[in-house]
Amino acid sequence: MDKDNRKPNIWKSLTLGLAVLLGIVVYAYGAEVTRVNLGELQSERRQESMVRVLRALFRPDLLEYDQVLEPRVTPIYVPCPAGGVPEDLGDPRSGGYITVTPACGSPGDVVRVEGFNFMPNAEGPLRFVPGSDPENPVGLGQLFANTDAQGNFSMDFTLPNRESEDVQYIRVIMRQNEGAPYFTQNAKDTWDRIVETVFMALLATTIGTVLAVPISFTAARNLMKPVRSPIASIALNVIGWLAGIYLAYQVAAWIGGFTQQYVSVLPIALASVVVVPIIANFAFRWAVPVEDAEPPTRALQIVRNLVLLGIAALGIYALYALAGAMSTLGPQLARQFSGVAFMGNFLFRLGGILDLLVPTIAALMGGGALGGLLARVGQQATERLPEAAVKTMNIVLAGLAGAVLAALFGAFAEWVYQFGNPVATLWWPAIIGAAAGVLLAVLTQPKATLGVGIALYYVIRTILNALRSIEALVMAIVFVIAVGIGPFAGMLALGLHTIVSLAKLYSEQVESISSGPMEALQATGANSLQTIVYAVVPQIIPPYIAYTLYRWDINVRMSTIIGFVGGGGIGFLLQQNINLLNYRGASTQMVAIAVVVATLDYISSVVRERYT
Amino acid sequence: MLQIRNLTKVYDSGVVALDDVSFDIPDGQFLAVIGLSGSGKSTLLRCINRLIEPTSGQILWDGVDLVSLSPEEMRRMRRKIGMIFQHFNLVNRSRVLTNVLAGRLGYINPAFSLINHFPKEDVENAIRQLERVGIADKANVRADELSGGQQQRVGIARALMQDPSILLADEPVASLDPVLAHSIMKYLELINQEDKVTVICSLHFLDLVHRYADHVVALNQGKLVFEGEPKKIDDAKFKEIYGKDAERVG
Ligand SMILES: Nc1ncnc2c1ncn2[C@@H]1O[C@H](COP(=O)(O)OP(=O)(O)OP(=O)(O)O)[C@@H](O)[C@H]1O
Ligand SMILES: [Mg+2]
Repeated sequence: MDKDNRKPNIWKSLTLGLAVLLGIVVYAYGAEVTRVNLGELQSERRQESMVRVLRALFRPDLLEYDQVLEPRVTPIYVPCPAGGVPEDLGDPRSGGYITVTPACGSPGDVVRVEGFNFMPNAEGPLRFVPGSDPENPVGLGQLFANTDAQGNFSMDFTLPNRESEDVQYIRVIMRQNEGAPYFTQNAKDTWDRIVETVFMALLATTIGTVLAVPISFTAARNLMKPVRSPIASIALNVIGWLAGIYLAYQVAAWIGGFTQQYVSVLPIALASVVVVPIIANFAFRWAVPVEDAEPPTRALQIVRNLVLLGIAALGIYALYALAGAMSTLGPQLARQFSGVAFMGNFLFRLGGILDLLVPTIAALMGGGALGGLLARVGQQATERLPEAAVKTMNIVLAGLAGAVLAALFGAFAEWVYQFGNPVATLWWPAIIGAAAGVLLAVLTQPKATLGVGIALYYVIRTILNALRSIEALVMAIVFVIAVGIGPFAGMLALGLHTIVSLAKLYSEQVESISSGPMEALQATGANSLQTIVYAVVPQIIPPYIAYTLYRWDINVRMSTIIGFVGGGGIGFLLQQNINLLNYRGASTQMVAIAVVVATLDYISSVVRERYT
Repeated sequence: MLQIRNLTKVYDSGVVALDDVSFDIPDGQFLAVIGLSGSGKSTLLRCINRLIEPTSGQILWDGVDLVSLSPEEMRRMRRKIGMIFQHFNLVNRSRVLTNVLAGRLGYINPAFSLINHFPKEDVENAIRQLERVGIADKANVRADELSGGQQQRVGIARALMQDPSILLADEPVASLDPVLAHSIMKYLELINQEDKVTVICSLHFLDLVHRYADHVVALNQGKLVFEGEPKKIDDAKFKEIYGKDAERVG
C-alpha cells in the first residue's frame, strides 16, 4: 500500500489512461468484426418477418381438427364491362352464398362483400381469384372473413389491379373445426424424436460413465504418483500388453470361428450359458482361494494360472454362447410377443453387440493378464539377480520394448499418411525406439524404479484434454461418416465426449479425497486394487453421482441439437422445419425440448439431493 | 524382537526427520515414543511398516530386514503389523462392519474384494472384535455417525482383524478428551497383555506414558535422546527431550 503511494502519480494515471484507450480499441474492433448493426433490426422488412416468426413460435403446431370447408364464389368484373354486368346464374349449391355490391368496379375501388347462411362462427380466407376460372387456386389479398352467430358476414374489399374483360371471381372458403382435436403429424413426429433424443442421451451417459470411471483413476495424480517400477518390469509390461492383446484377440476369434455352428443352435447355446459358468465357478474357487495366508509354491502357482487360462477360454466360449442365444432367442420372442417386440429386438441387438465385442474384451483382458504377469516376472528378476545381470536384462528389454512401441507409432503414421515406404515408417522408428530404450537403461541405475505412473498420468491427461476440446457436434460429424446418419452416430459422439469430460471431472474428485483411509488400508497389507475399492470408491461415489447427473443434463441438451449435423434425435426435425420456414412446426419441437430439459433437470436435482 | 538399526529418513524437502536412530523392541513390550511436535515420531512409526521408505538403515524383525523386502513381500509382512491413527482414518461413508473387515483385506484374494465378499469366519471375527471394543451394536452404522472415541475403537478393531504381532499407534488419543483417552489406552493395554502384541505408541502426555508404557524412547529433531523406563525421565532428561523452556505439567 505504502509502496504504491510513493510511486509518481503521473505514471499511474498514464497507465490507466492507456488501459482505457486499449479497452476502447478492443471493443471497437470487436463490434467491427461481429458486424453489430442495429439499423438492420429496425428495418421494416426484418421487423415484419420477426413478428411473423414470433407469432408462429407462440402457436406450436400441436393439435388439429377435422375441418368442414365451404368454398363459395361470386362473379365480379374489373373494370365494369361496357354492356353492363351479365346476369348471375346463381350458385346451385345449398348452404351459404356470397354477394358483392357493386358487382363491378375499377382497380382500387372498394366493394362490399356479404355472406349469408354460412356455418356460425367460422373463419376463412376471402380472396380475389384472377382469370375466369373459379377453381383457380391463386387468390389475391390477405383478408379473412369471420361469420357471426347467424352465419353471416359483411366486409369491405379493395379490388386489386387485375383488369380483364372476362368475368373474375371473389372467393371465400369458410372452414370450421369439427369433432375432437387430435395430434398433428408434426406432433407425433416430435414425440418419436424426443423419445429417441432422451434415450440417445441415456445410452451416451451410461456408456460414457462406465468407461470414464476406470480411466479417471489413471488420470488421478495421487493414485498414479506412487506407481513406480524397475525398467525390466516396465519393458516386459509393455511387451506383455501388446503380445497379450494380439494373442487373446486371435484366440478369441479362433474360438468364435469354430464354435459358431454350435452356438447358433439354441439348446446348445442355452445349455452352455448355464453349465459353463458353473464349471468356471468351481474351477475359479479352487484356483483363487478366498484367503491366501502364505505365498503359494511355484508349482501350485503355475497350475493355478493354467486353470485360470482354461477358465478364460471357457469364458470366451460362454460369451459367444450367450451372444448366440440372445441372437436366436430375440427374434423368436419378438415374433411370439409382438406387444413387446422391442424387448426381443433388444435382445437380438445385444447379442450382436456382444458377439462383436468378445474379441475386444478378450484382447484387453489378455493384455492386462500377460502384461501383469510379465511385469511381475521383471520385478522379481530385478530383485533377485545381481546388478550386472539386471543391467544387461534392462538394456535388452528396454531396447525391445522401445523398438516395438516406436514401430507401432510408425505403423500408425504409415496408415494415416500412406508413405508406402517401410524403411522410413517401420525400421527407422524401430531403431530409434530401440536406441532410446537402450539409452534409458544405460543411464539409470539397474535396480532403480521409474515413475511410470506419473508418466502415464501425463499421457492420459494430454489425450483427455485434446479430445475434450473437440465439441461433441464435431465428433458427431465424424461418426455420421462412420456409421451413417441417425441417432447411433449421435449416441457415439455424445458417448465419446462424455467419456473424456467425465474422466477429467472424476479424476479431479479422486485427487481431492482424503488420503487417511488409503494410508490405513495400505498399512493393513491391502494391495492397490483393494485400496482403491475400499478406500477410494466410497469417498468418490457422491461426487461421481453428481457429475454423472450433470453430464446427463448436458447430454440431453446436446442431443437436442446433435441432429443438426445428422446425429439423429429431435434436432433433425427442428432443423428441417426451420429450413422449410415452418415455424409453427419448429415451435412444437422447441416446446418439447424445453419440457424435456426442465423435467430431467428437476429429476436430477431430486436424485442429487437424495444421494449426495 | 524388532531391532531398529541406524534408521535415517531425509525427506525430499531436505528435512532430516530421523537421524541415525537405533534401539531394540522386545516382543510383547509396550513402547511409548515421545518428543515434540515435528521430532519425527510419525516418521519413525511409518518407517516400521514402510508407509514411508527409510533413506537408510535397517529394521530387523526376527532377523528379517524389512527395509530390503520387495513391495509384495512387504505387503505380506504388513498384515502382521496393525496401525491406528490420530484421526482414525476410517472410510467415513462405509459401514462400521465394512471398515473393520477392511483390516482383513491383506489376507483376501483381490478378486473377491471387487465383489465385497468376505468369508463367513471373517465376518464373525469382525463382530467379535467389535464386541471386544464394546460397539457391536454399531456394526451397521455409517462410520462418520460415530463419536471420536467410538471411531478410534473401530480403528482398533480393524487393526485386530489383521491378527497383528505388532501394533503401531500414532498418537491414538490426541484428538480425544482425557476420559476417552484412558478408555482407548486401556484397550491398547489389554491387547498388549492378553494378545501379547507388541505396542509401539507415540504419545504427547507424560502421565499416559507413566501409566501405560513399559519403556520409552524420546526423539528430538530426529535424534534419539532418551531410551529407558518411564520413571527414569527426570527433570534434566525432560528438558533435554522437550527443550529448555518446557515446564512439567501434571
Ligand atoms: N511428507 C513430508 N515431506 C517433507 N517433510 C515432512 C513430511 N512429513 C513430515 N515432514 C517433516 O519431518 C519432520 C518430522 O515429522 P513427523 O510428522 O514425523 O513429526 P511428529 O513427531 O510426528 O510430529 P507431530 O507430533 O506434530 O505429529 C517435521 O519437520 C516435518 O515437517
Ligand atoms: Mg505425528
